[in-house]
Amino acid sequence: MKRQALVWALALQIAAGVLLVIGMGVGSTGFESVLQAANDPAAWQIVWDIRLPRTLGAWATGALLGLAGAVAQGLFRNPLADPFLLGSASGASLGVAVALAVFGQVELADASLPNAWPVQIGLAGAGFLGAVAGVLLTLLLAKGVQHTLRLLLAGLIVGVVLGALKDLLALAVPGILQGMQAFTLGSTGFIGWSACALLLAVWVPCLVLAWSLSRVLDALALGEATAQSLGLQLVPMRAALVAVLALATGVAVAQTGLIAFVGLAAPHLVRALVKTTHGNLLVLSSLMGGVLLMAADILARWLIAPQELPVGVMTAILGGSYLLWLMHRRKLNSGML
Amino acid sequence: MRNFSVTCLLHFAAVILPASATAMEVTDDRGVVVRFDQAPQRIVSLLPSLSETVCALGQCARLVGVDRYSNYPPSLAKLPQMGGGLDPSIESVVAQKPDLVLLAGSSRAAARLEALGLKVVALEPKTHAQMRAAMQTIARVLQAPTADRLWLEINTAIDAEVKALSPSVRNTRVFIAVSTAPHGAGEASFIGETLHRLGATNIVPAAMGVFPKLNPEFVVRANPDVIITSAQNAQGMAQRPGWNTIRAIREKRVCRFTPEQADVLVRPGPRMAEAAHLIAACLKEKAP
Repeated sequence: MKRQALVWALALQIAAGVLLVIGMGVGSTGFESVLQAANDPAAWQIVWDIRLPRTLGAWATGALLGLAGAVAQGLFRNPLADPFLLGSASGASLGVAVALAVFGQVELADASLPNAWPVQIGLAGAGFLGAVAGVLLTLLLAKGVQHTLRLLLAGLIVGVVLGALKDLLALAVPGILQGMQAFTLGSTGFIGWSACALLLAVWVPCLVLAWSLSRVLDALALGEATAQSLGLQLVPMRAALVAVLALATGVAVAQTGLIAFVGLAAPHLVRALVKTTHGNLLVLSSLMGGVLLMAADILARWLIAPQELPVGVMTAILGGSYLLWLMHRRKLNSGML
Repeated sequence: MRNFSVTCLLHFAAVILPASATAMEVTDDRGVVVRFDQAPQRIVSLLPSLSETVCALGQCARLVGVDRYSNYPPSLAKLPQMGGGLDPSIESVVAQKPDLVLLAGSSRAAARLEALGLKVVALEPKTHAQMRAAMQTIARVLQAPTADRLWLEINTAIDAEVKALSPSVRNTRVFIAVSTAPHGAGEASFIGETLHRLGATNIVPAAMGVFPKLNPEFVVRANPDVIITSAQNAQGMAQRPGWNTIRAIREKRVCRFTPEQADVLVRPGPRMAEAAHLIAACLKEKAP
């Protein structure tokens, strides 16, 4: 069992490596940019400063969303739990909207000139705070995580309310309207090296923390009472996992906007491939999310080149179709789900 | 001594050179100061009105890429498209090796393009004064000294429209709907300013904002004599609750612009005299 997981992890990493190479060759121009990179400074810039960071950034974003999805599904013992269904994504976008409205477009653009870091961290921080607030509000409304249906309903309501607040803000400060519209589409096209580094820097501790707490998820899978009887400190461990969920979603959303279904589909795909413990599931889901978003990003660049589709549209179509197919197949096989 | 004279020469050069040749600085709508050592020769424009302005200044040949909505003058159709203003393809812009990128002030792409070392000037005029300033900024950057003449030509043409219009339209109360929401063009917007110069009354006062989202009830109460909008936005207008009581709809005084005409109306660019002509023609035909 353990070996199987390891093999899949390796396979996913190889797939990511192959996609990274393909990603360097796909865009407004084809692979010739890679070949010309040595002689042509513009081609060099396109390959090294645009395609490479955005492809890696797409992987890191997908890895964060896949991890967040696996954490959410384990934590709430519900295969439909998705970072977007628990108010964290809508909270993150509200946070980003507030940041845009408060800092203003001018200051954002200014700060990016000499040094992009304050802006990246400012937006990521706002996204994180928003995501935490969204999840906490959902948990408060659902009075804890015990009741699954109640939790999902609460997440839905919080999502709608926070989304409406965001729209209200966009109406009050029309300057952010266009920025928010671009944000809602979800795109990896604006990821540079600084954003890429931030995404990876957040992904590593998130994965380590979630992995080290995966025993809780295993125990929770057996039921609340069993988990308690095992002597685990459920409250702080759960809080830490919620923090991982919020941080991963918040940072991903702040850098790329709304990208649907990766967090939901990645753990499902992994479970379809291999039956394993939560520790492996978390790692594999994260790797799977990275590969999924990377592939979607390359498709989005390639389909209507030299223009490109927003990657959020791609993931919604691909992830959504996969889930529909999954539900259809399960119904045929066992009548479950 | 020789050292001294070399130093002197260097100082001299340092003082003289930037001022002489063609270096210049402009401040864009974000408040960012952009410096140019020479006039840009390869321009990417990601906003239709800015593409039109570059061409109106006679510099169309310097455009090497535009956004997918830039469709005027028709010669732009031959240029590579870089996606939309909101979702531009960063790498297609870079691939054109532009020495100037023009885009809207609210575009998220500006920061990313600047981080990649491109010169970005963000302009998003909403009033006549801002339109004039934007034209002057572009003319200065391009070192095409025709902005004042262009502005004069536009204004002479608008004045001619004003003169040709009979004074009877002066009391016409007009509503210009720029979306189905409905967003209206307020007195403070460039469209509202043109309407004001033509002598008609705007039902959306300046205090409500430039392009405010209106309560449909507000339009019913204001009861405009004429409604100006695009054919697309006009669909279903009469079926809105209460709107059949509006005079413009009751008496069929609604001007429906084709997509091309609507482009002329809503773009704050050099075709504003043409926009004035469209509004004037509408008022001539429909004003009570």
